[in-house]
Amino acid sequence: MRLCDRARDQGRFNVTTFAPTREQEVIEAVRWATAAGEPLEVIGTGTRRGLGRPVSVPHVLDLSALSGIVSYEPAELVLTAWAGTPLAEITSALAEHRQHLAFEPLSDVEGTLGGVVATGLSGPRRPKAGAVRDHVLGIAAVSGRGESFVGGGKVVKNVTGYDIPKLMTGSYGTLAVFTEITLKVLPAPEDVRTLIIHGVAAREAVRLTTTVLQSAAEVSGACHVPASVVADGTSQTAYRFEGVGPSVEFRLARVRDALGGSGPVTVLERDESVSFWRSIRDVTPFAGAAERMVWRISVPPAEGASVLERLERAIPGAHALLDWGGGLIWFQLPEADESMARDARAAVVRAALTGTQGHATLVRAPASVRETAQVFQPQAAGLAALSKRVKAQFDPRRVLNPGRMYADV
Amino acid sequence: MLMPAPDPAILARRSELLARLREAVPGGVIEDEASRRAYDQDALTAYRQMPMLVVLPSSTQEVAAALRVCSSLGVKVVPRGAGTSLSGGALPLEDGVVLGLAKLSRILDIDYDNRTVTCQPGVTNLSISRAVEARGFYYAPDPSSQIACTIGGNVAENSGGVHCLKYGLTTNNVLGVELVTMEGEVIRVGGKHFDAEGYDLLGILTGSEGLLGVITEVIVRILPKPETARALLIGFASNEAAGDTVAAIIGAGIIPAGMEMMDKPAIHAAEAFVRVGYPLDVEALLIVELDGPGPEVDHLCGQVTALAQSRGAVSCRMSGSEPERLAFWAGRKAAFPAVGRISPDYFCMDGTIPRRALPGVLARLREFEGEFGLRVANVFHAGDGNLHPLILFDSNVPGELERAEAFGAAILRLCVQVGGVLTGEHGVGVEKRDLMGEQFTESDLAHQQRLKCAFDPAGLLNPGKVFPVLHRCAELGRMHVHQGKLAFPDIPRF
Repeated sequence: MRLCDRARDQGRFNVTTFAPTREQEVIEAVRWATAAGEPLEVIGTGTRRGLGRPVSVPHVLDLSALSGIVSYEPAELVLTAWAGTPLAEITSALAEHRQHLAFEPLSDVEGTLGGVVATGLSGPRRPKAGAVRDHVLGIAAVSGRGESFVGGGKVVKNVTGYDIPKLMTGSYGTLAVFTEITLKVLPAPEDVRTLIIHGVAAREAVRLTTTVLQSAAEVSGACHVPASVVADGTSQTAYRFEGVGPSVEFRLARVRDALGGSGPVTVLERDESVSFWRSIRDVTPFAGAAERMVWRISVPPAEGASVLERLERAIPGAHALLDWGGGLIWFQLPEADESMARDARAAVVRAALTGTQGHATLVRAPASVRETAQVFQPQAAGLAALSKRVKAQFDPRRVLNPGRMYADV
Repeated sequence: MLMPAPDPAILARRSELLARLREAVPGGVIEDEASRRAYDQDALTAYRQMPMLVVLPSSTQEVAAALRVCSSLGVKVVPRGAGTSLSGGALPLEDGVVLGLAKLSRILDIDYDNRTVTCQPGVTNLSISRAVEARGFYYAPDPSSQIACTIGGNVAENSGGVHCLKYGLTTNNVLGVELVTMEGEVIRVGGKHFDAEGYDLLGILTGSEGLLGVITEVIVRILPKPETARALLIGFASNEAAGDTVAAIIGAGIIPAGMEMMDKPAIHAAEAFVRVGYPLDVEALLIVELDGPGPEVDHLCGQVTALAQSRGAVSCRMSGSEPERLAFWAGRKAAFPAVGRISPDYFCMDGTIPRRALPGVLARLREFEGEFGLRVANVFHAGDGNLHPLILFDSNVPGELERAEAFGAAILRLCVQVGGVLTGEHGVGVEKRDLMGEQFTESDLAHQQRLKCAFDPAGLLNPGKVFPVLHRCAELGRMHVHQGKLAFPDIPRF
């Protein structure tokens, strides 16, 4: 196994990187870590370091050399690959067979399969098609005990034993180091079109969206981009229709007829649709002001507009984008000032969730802020204690990404 | 079926346990033998066991109180929904308490704007759909026992059903639960929002077969009912042709709402029972259902028909009305009782295989028929590879029960050998417990059991199910650290 002196992409010094090329080397690295009492920062290609809390330790476990598609059977709807496989390689292999990852991972040209599963972030299609966790069938990994194990299987219908792949998804590398992952893949839609209604305010947009989602329209995307975020100053409320041509036509026309009176309407054809939803998925409108901090807030969809109103009253000058029919709020803070330096105004943001269910996660902020802020929503005592016990079972010595999610886990 | 040996010390404290449970759950404790007998088995009818006591709480608080009593006395608990488990998930323990959730049977909240239903665990699967059908909604996962099985049981088993190919299993349709731990702590996970944060404990609880906690509330997604549904009944001269057609349909990018296959013995049994007009001269029958808006269903039916014909289908009928669509399904849905008519007993097996392995597996099953001297009829969730071989036997004939069990075990081993898994939807329970080693290594099982230690360190919830060997948590918790000879001794330490 290659050991390097410099950590990937970092201006950090005195860092040693383990770069395993096979599972046995991953086991050795973790066993070394437990014996030496030295925690590891676990990364693929490091593209998702900006999420979660920073792990500043002198030893890095870099999985990027554990790469390659192991098997792909389109007719079985199953693909297995090493965890360090670039996501781009997977999406292009799927595209050749007109299949895709239905959960729409963010920025599908960046990072590794392991990173996608470890962070568990799903795109606009999530309400219809399910989240990352609904598409992970099996995981082979090395626990913080330095032992390899497998959970799940390589078929789409399996209830044998505990659903370990679900537990591993979204665990930010804190429970085990993934080596091989099996995904459920699905046919990509034949056609896609988008209906946009212009000039509707957020509250009305969510109300309209609720009626659309209660109908048989089967939209696979429902978002609202407020006026302050759109170039021409007019809000966009958009619905995506995917499927076979006749079905897409029929459903779009029906929603257009039902909502026509609410405002001017445009229809995007395939290529424009793909670009539009990519920019929603990656929150491109917020990409420009990279120094502004961003929260990702999950709420019951019908409450999206009210929660947004509370947020906007509490923090004037912020920008927002609603996805998941109102169930996901991307909230960009105004230009950074002292009030944000310690915790990105976490208390104020989370106060907007009082009386409703959901959580707020800090997804863009300098490492120094993410070190002191409560990046993930603090959990109720019983749930937090249970989570710690789960962590302790998989990684009793806390050598895997300690503090990556919560300071004491 | 070897269950954990009853603890004489616990049996000796029965009257104390009875008194304390009566305090915790007034009016909800069943003590007399005749009444307890109603709880001595589930749908895995080969096994019976009288429980020491049965408790039927009426609220989350009573569930918690009962669990605290059992916890403090070290008494094992077997949770029970409707007792429809086909894998023995609710099989009692001689020195254990059956905790029945049937009295927690209220629907607590229907939220059409957020498209969720919140209900207690004893609510039946079908009654959720019934409660929202007037507004044009339904709850998608539809196990065939849905008229009786409870949503709490569905969560415990991660139940599927014919439509789970397109709409997912229980786990893909649950947004939140409330659970009570063995120690009596009430914990909520998830809610009406998408994606609970932190570790996916909701995902781990779903399918945990009553080993991690007792579910006392469930929040499920409801969907608008599809406008149209149409079924195609397609006959083939060989299993290979049917299998090819399934692969072609998926390869064409079509995910039907349901896609079921029956072999000749199953077709004949079903037709004799329900008389819906199944073709009797075919080797395999495919029932494909397509749902959605009218134009979509029209288009897809056309495509599926063309694909089937190109793969050599010998007959193809499309349902022209809702009653006809239901009739196409009636035979398939009655397959199990139909088989029950032609045989005094049967075992319904459940395993998943890669779809391409089906012709080979079916051929091997025909060989097994010769080896074990018993017949088998097969129904197959063709879309997702979940196979239900129905092994016919007569338990009154000496040795046939044992041969049937051996036949079943051979089938499950074969499933794993061809790259599949032991169970696609019925759960491991006791039925497949001793085969877990075919699919998982010691390390795999140890990691799963350590998870149990985080939830139920005393191991009192449903012991004897799922895992063949019970380890104590202290033993599992020990970590062997390789001191002395370190790899990479010259790595600088900071």
